[in-house]
Amino acid sequence: MNIIVCLKQVPDTETQIKIASDGKSIVSDDIKWVMNPYDEYGVEEALRLKEKFGGEVTVVGLGPKRVTETIRTALAMGADKGVLISEEALEGSDSTATAKAIGAAIKDLEYDLIFTGQRGVDDDSGVVGATIAEYLGIPQASIITKVEVAEDGKSVKVTRPVEGESLVIESSLPCVITAQKGLNEPRYASLPGIMKAKKKPLEEKTLADLGLDSSEFGESARKLKILELIPPPQREAGKIVEGETPEEKASELARLLREEAKVI
Amino acid sequence: MAQGVWTVAEQRDGEIRKLTYEIVSEGRRLADAMGQELTVLLLGSNIREKASELGKYGADKVIVADDPRLEVYTTDAYVSVVAELAEAGEPAFLLFGASVQGKDLSARVSARLGVAVAQDCTEFSTEEGRLVAVRPIYAGKAYARVTFENSWPNMATARPNVMSIGEPDTSRSAEVVDGSFSLDDGALKTRVVERLKDESGKLDLTEADKIVSGGRGMKGPENYAILEELADQIGATVGASRSAVDAGWRPHSDQVGQTGKVVSPNLYIACGISGAIQHLAGMSTSKVIVAINKDPDAPIFQKADYGVVGDLFNVVPALKEAIIKMQ
Repeated sequence: MNIIVCLKQVPDTETQIKIASDGKSIVSDDIKWVMNPYDEYGVEEALRLKEKFGGEVTVVGLGPKRVTETIRTALAMGADKGVLISEEALEGSDSTATAKAIGAAIKDLEYDLIFTGQRGVDDDSGVVGATIAEYLGIPQASIITKVEVAEDGKSVKVTRPVEGESLVIESSLPCVITAQKGLNEPRYASLPGIMKAKKKPLEEKTLADLGLDSSEFGESARKLKILELIPPPQREAGKIVEGETPEEKASELARLLREEAKVI
Repeated sequence: MAQGVWTVAEQRDGEIRKLTYEIVSEGRRLADAMGQELTVLLLGSNIREKASELGKYGADKVIVADDPRLEVYTTDAYVSVVAELAEAGEPAFLLFGASVQGKDLSARVSARLGVAVAQDCTEFSTEEGRLVAVRPIYAGKAYARVTFENSWPNMATARPNVMSIGEPDTSRSAEVVDGSFSLDDGALKTRVVERLKDESGKLDLTEADKIVSGGRGMKGPENYAILEELADQIGATVGASRSAVDAGWRPHSDQVGQTGKVVSPNLYIACGISGAIQHLAGMSTSKVIVAINKDPDAPIFQKADYGVVGDLFNVVPALKEAIIKMQ
């Protein structure tokens, strides 16, 4: 099975997010960049399928040169090849443009299955996977916690938790699967893996390499425009519930929740 | 010229889900602001009679797509119908609730129509006929105010439990029409083969009105029984922090937080949860937050409306008792 895994770099979830002086972006000075957590599940699942069925895993990333590190991490985990789509004209692209560039890089590759994370923990949109699937004209299965590829490699059964139930969905292959937490436990790259990764092929592509017009990418081509970034709504300071004993505090809390907050 | 506010209803097993009424109510407010009509798309099988429900909440028109292939949601079938109807109807706005289905459907529809979509929004307004949306990013550590350019219809999904449902007006009725669509069987590449219902019968966290959540301070899986008892008493669903899930005490589906579920209940009671940024990301739009923790310096107290400094093993059962006494 040939599998493609799309990944991105995001600020580590511990990062303090500060709005930059332009009011439209975040301060990027002290950011620790890591693989998007949901993409890790995609890499891991691809590796497991390769272990079972044979074939190759290609990792595709889009962004500035530092994304190379994250691609190398996936190679160290066991992926075979990497592709980095990178050029300045791509900076500030929205999800639509990003997916178009990734789709263009993928369309001439051999693939049976494509993984993306269910969303990036920076933009929290979850649109790129679906847009890549549309671009390639293949089905999608999003927010997936279990993958079972049929023995004949022609279809896949996936599980999607929805509110109150889980759906088991069968899809033809190839398709795009967006990975949700719970799909697997991603492995750590081993030291031998890290050493091998340095020698694995990692190609860089520009928009011109992909036959794409740079005017359709970047900040100015955005269809979803950011007017401003604002800090999260501040909650007013709350109160510490008084009482000498747990029972007293509990009674007072119950009273407040009923009479003041009116939530019970 | 793109005209009209459209919202897409979500039904399951023939019942319209609560978040639909939220987005219909919000659609009504937006339509009024622009002096335009509100249309609701209702997809399903034998679903036509439910259209009248939507009229009461402000729909001027309901376009029904009734077909056995639409009984259970599949991306392919729903995207095909919604995109075809939207291309024909040319609305200005196309809105959905941000449920799992809503996000899946809207993302693919936006790709089909070649437009942008603003996901999981907490606020909408209009400016010169365009939709302006506010949505959390970086797990809610910042919010982005966004709008659309060269992107019709303006598409967005609304976070469940945030926008208010308007008072139903039983005297209001919508014009109900049958949508014209052609669904090609050959284009349907996915199908639902099984539905595994959740045993608990409790509301999913993302839809729950009240949540009682436990973290590392719970010290072990068996102790969640006291949270279950409190939850039963007040009609809440039980959630968990990442620590508890990673320790194997609770399933992934119970996790509230940045890499778990984002919830927005009226009441969130955090027991033995310190309040890491990633956890707050999942519950900071809760209307009322209660924190019960024996560490007075726990960061959660900065965000809580009501804080109880104390041992949850004493406070939680006492809270349950106090509530029983109040009945």
